[in-house]
Amino acid sequence: MFGSIIDWIDQRIPMTRVWNMHIAQYPAPKNFNFWYFFGSLAMLVLVNQIVTGIWLTMNYVPSAEGAFASIEYIMRDVEYGWLLRYLHSTGASAFFVVVYLHMFRGMIYGSYQKPRELLWLFGMFIFLALMAEAFMGYLLPWGQMSFWGAQVIISLFGAIPVIGPELTEWIRGDYVISGATLNRFFALHVIALPLVLVILIFLHIIALHEVGSNNPDGVEIKRKKGSVAEEDKAKFKFHEYYTNKKDIVDAIPFHPYYTVKDIVGVVGFLILFCWVVFFAPAMGGFFLEAPNFEAANPLKTPEHIFPVWYFTPFYAILRAIPDKLLGVVAMGASIVVLALLPWIDRGNVKSIRYRCGMHKLNIAQFVVTFIILGWVGATPQTDFKTILSQITTVTYFMFFVLLFVYSKNEKTKPVPERLTK
Amino acid sequence: MSNAPVDNSRRRFLTIATAVVGGVGAVGAAVPFIASWKPSERAKAAGAPVEVDISKLEPGQLIRVEWRGKPVWVVNRTPKMLEQLKAHEDQLRDPASEEPQQPDSSKNGFRSQRDEIFVAVGICTHLGCSPTFLQGAFGEKVEGTEDGFFCPCHGSKFDMAGRVFQNVPAPTNLEIPPYSFIDDTTIIVGVEEGVA
Repeated sequence: MFGSIIDWIDQRIPMTRVWNMHIAQYPAPKNFNFWYFFGSLAMLVLVNQIVTGIWLTMNYVPSAEGAFASIEYIMRDVEYGWLLRYLHSTGASAFFVVVYLHMFRGMIYGSYQKPRELLWLFGMFIFLALMAEAFMGYLLPWGQMSFWGAQVIISLFGAIPVIGPELTEWIRGDYVISGATLNRFFALHVIALPLVLVILIFLHIIALHEVGSNNPDGVEIKRKKGSVAEEDKAKFKFHEYYTNKKDIVDAIPFHPYYTVKDIVGVVGFLILFCWVVFFAPAMGGFFLEAPNFEAANPLKTPEHIFPVWYFTPFYAILRAIPDKLLGVVAMGASIVVLALLPWIDRGNVKSIRYRCGMHKLNIAQFVVTFIILGWVGATPQTDFKTILSQITTVTYFMFFVLLFVYSKNEKTKPVPERLTK
Repeated sequence: MSNAPVDNSRRRFLTIATAVVGGVGAVGAAVPFIASWKPSERAKAAGAPVEVDISKLEPGQLIRVEWRGKPVWVVNRTPKMLEQLKAHEDQLRDPASEEPQQPDSSKNGFRSQRDEIFVAVGICTHLGCSPTFLQGAFGEKVEGTEDGFFCPCHGSKFDMAGRVFQNVPAPTNLEIPPYSFIDDTTIIVGVEEGVA
């Protein structure tokens, strides 16, 4: 009976084929470590954001007069409104935590290298859409930091020569941030950008399944057809789509092996996530900033204004340069340069495990740089921190310059023929 | 389909013509979507000029009024404040107000129509925060001065004529809005003889 229902569906839509091709008979390298949790965790957080977001819109009022009060209403009077809102606000930060770790995984294991350039680019577009989504969402509570943060970010466009001032007016729909801005950001935040994100994530996964996952060894599991002896091939049934084109070694099917493994990651993640939601939803001012508990006041700037933590590294680069246009250009370049990583890295060895000592040092300094920039961007400016941010802006870009130089004739360790553990 | 031979040039012409006409249509259809983002008639109406009563403005005092949703400062500068403006001109980016950040009537040493009354849009020209008026405490920021404006967001500094100091992120002097004196104690912000 059940089988005949499946047959009936399969004759009308390729349900079983898609399930097998992308899940049950999808070949994944057998050596994934914890770094490979963050892709599926990002999907989990996305689902959390969409579900809690839909529920929040049921009580939120998108207008300059009603927005701030409606958030208070959600927090105090709506049944479990506080939980829905904290899940959503903590989810925003969690999204960036897992996405930054996911991107870092790609950097250390060279997952952006050929043939995964387009996969990386889709990822960068997801990152951009996510930043826009987070930025617009932050305006919606209509608190002081919402207002002035948006004021600063929209003014960035004013640095563009000639069209700048008119462009900012067009984005705001008014001479200052106003209800008009709030309403359009609401529309973009709840409809336009989520759609864009879902489409981009779909393309990201299609691109991933076409080229296959990289792994901590950076050794390909798909070999030229006919080049692998029968006893060396992976002993699982994989979909013909993959086995017809290539011989596959050291692979296991995504389901049940990695679905079960990812559940372990989900459990670990949810323990930390729920701890923040229930015990530290403001996270000491990093996830929800203190001035945002005061309604927006267009005539008074808070004493210190910072973006939320996930924007601070890029914000610090903006502040480091004492010139409006160049500051904006540097900030934009800091993201563009990440997208160009597949072409900046000219090496043939993917994984950090087999790359030169210089590369390991360079990655380490990049991590330190990113953390310092994040800290400087999140704290009040002093002369010392201005200089520190200028130094780290240089080291940020030096990562890419150095990588471009030494990757050309890099002295690497021998790469194993097959996956290690 | 018939087996008639294909006329490739005719096919190409039709393809291009369809694409061009369709493209023009798409651009035309985009106009309302893009134009609807511009300030609405209501927003424009809210940008009407505002009158400011300055009869009770003490020397050294600053008042804020709202014009087009922006904070506009009106400061009654003391003779001492005016005196100091000349002292630090070598530390300014644009001491003579060459950049078009003011109506011509304010393009002078004090950037104002009447020496003591200073009117400016209180929004930093860097990224739009509202600088703080540091009365008597500006010496900490720039040595040899007493009063000025300090932007808390990114540390830009302006003197009592809204002129920007060097080595700060703000690129230009504070904007002076169009304004005129209706009588000795009333200013109207947003209109000026001959300027909209």
